[in-house]
Amino acid sequence: MADEVVLLDFWPSMFGMRVRIALAEKGIEYEYKEEDLGNKSPLLLQMNPIHKKIPVLIHNGKPVCESLIIVQYIDEVWKDRSPLLPTDPYQRAHARFWADYVDKKVYEVSRKIWTSKGEEKEAGKKEFFEIFKTLEGELGDKPYFGAETFGFVDLSLIPFYSWFYAIETFGEFNMEAECPKIVAWAKRYLQKETVAKTLPDQKKVYEFVGQMRKRFGLE
Amino acid sequence: MAKNDVKLLGAWPSPYALRARIALNIKSVKYEFLEETFAPKSELLLKSNPVYKKIPVLIHGDKPICESLVIVQYIDEAWTSGPSILPSDPCDRAIHRFWAVYLDETWFPTMRGLLAVQGEERKPLMDQLSEGIVLLEEAFGKCSKGKAFFGGDGIGYLDIAFGCFLGWLRVAEKITGLKLLDEAKTPRLVKWAESFCADAAVKGIMPETDKLLEFAKVLAAKMRGAPPKN
Repeated sequence: MADEVVLLDFWPSMFGMRVRIALAEKGIEYEYKEEDLGNKSPLLLQMNPIHKKIPVLIHNGKPVCESLIIVQYIDEVWKDRSPLLPTDPYQRAHARFWADYVDKKVYEVSRKIWTSKGEEKEAGKKEFFEIFKTLEGELGDKPYFGAETFGFVDLSLIPFYSWFYAIETFGEFNMEAECPKIVAWAKRYLQKETVAKTLPDQKKVYEFVGQMRKRFGLE
Repeated sequence: MAKNDVKLLGAWPSPYALRARIALNIKSVKYEFLEETFAPKSELLLKSNPVYKKIPVLIHGDKPICESLVIVQYIDEAWTSGPSILPSDPCDRAIHRFWAVYLDETWFPTMRGLLAVQGEERKPLMDQLSEGIVLLEEAFGKCSKGKAFFGGDGIGYLDIAFGCFLGWLRVAEKITGLKLLDEAKTPRLVKWAESFCADAAVKGIMPETDKLLEFAKVLAAKMRGAPPKN
C-alpha cells in the first residue's frame, strides 16, 4: 500500500519549513495543503484539536504535530535513508538540546523585534544578538552544527534564514555584520538543493511581515 | 558501570530532576545524586550547564546532558539492556513526545502560576489545569490500550513526563481545596497515579506532599515579594 502523506502548513512558517526540508531530504512524496490561519480548515481543527496549529503531518490518516516531533517521526519511519539525527546517544542528546534551544529562544525573540518598537524593540535586539552569539559559539569552526554534514540542529535553525531580511530590516541592523558565522553557515547550507528549493524568498517573507505589521498597527 | 561514572545534579523538589531519577531507576543504573546548593549556584552546575544554569544535569563520565526530556531519551538510548522507556512504534513515540511537550509548555507553567496568585485568582488557573487533565485522561485511554501505564505494562516516557508532577499536583489540590484528579471525571488517571507512585522505580524518590507544601509556601511568598512566613 502506498504511503499517504499530507502536510498542513503555511508558507512563511519556519516550523513548517523544517518539515518540508525533512520530507525533501528523505525524498518523500506528499500533498501540501496551504492553511489560511485566519480561517482554519476543519481538517486542521480535527487533526490538531489541542493547539490548532500548523504544521501537521498526516501519515495514512494519523496526525503528527509539533515540528521537531514531526521531523523525528519522519526520521524514524523512513529510517533507511538520509538520517537526520546521529546514531550515537550522546550526539543525539546534544542535537536535541540545541534544537530545543532554537525552539525556545529564536522564534520568540525574532517576533519581539518585528512586532515592537522603541525600547522594547531595542531590548529584543539585544536578546537576539546574545542568542545568536550563543549559537555561533556552539557552531564554532564546524561547517554545520551537525559537524561534517548538516543535521537536526541545522534543520531546526535554517528556516529562520528566510526571515533574516525581514528581521534585520525592521530591526534596523545588518545580520551579516552582527552574526557573520551564522550567515556564512546559512549560505553554505543553502547550497543543498533540498534547502534552496524549500525556503521561500526572503523578499516575499519581508512583504508578508510588512502586512502583518500593518495589521498590528506598526506601519 | 562504576557508580561514580553517572552523576545527577538535581534538587529534591524538582519534578524535572525526578524524571531523570525515575529513568535511571528503570534502567537499574547506579548513580550519585548531587543536591544542588543554589544561592549561589555551584561551580559544577555553571560548568556543566552554561547555557541555562539549571538542574537537572546528568553527567555520564565527563559528558553533561541537560534538559529533563533530553536526559530521559538519552538514558533510554545509552542503556539498552533493561526495559525501553519510549515506545517502539514511531506513531506512539510521537504521541508520547507531543503530550510531554504539552505538559512542559502549557500545563505545568499554569501550575507554577498558581503560586504567584492568591484566593479567587487561583480558580481560573485550576479550571485550566482541570481541562488539561481531562485531555490527559483521554490520551491515557488511547496510549495505555487497557494496561496500567501510558507506556503499557511498564512505566514509559509519558508516564515519567507526567508522573513527575504528581507531588506538585497534590500540593495544588491542598492549597486550593479543589480536586484535579477526580474519581468521577478522571477515574483512569486516579488509578494510574496510584500505580505510578507505587512502582519500584518511583517509590522512595517521589517527594512527600507535606514537605513540598512547606517548600511551596516559601516559594510562593518569595514570588509575591513578601517575606517568607514560618
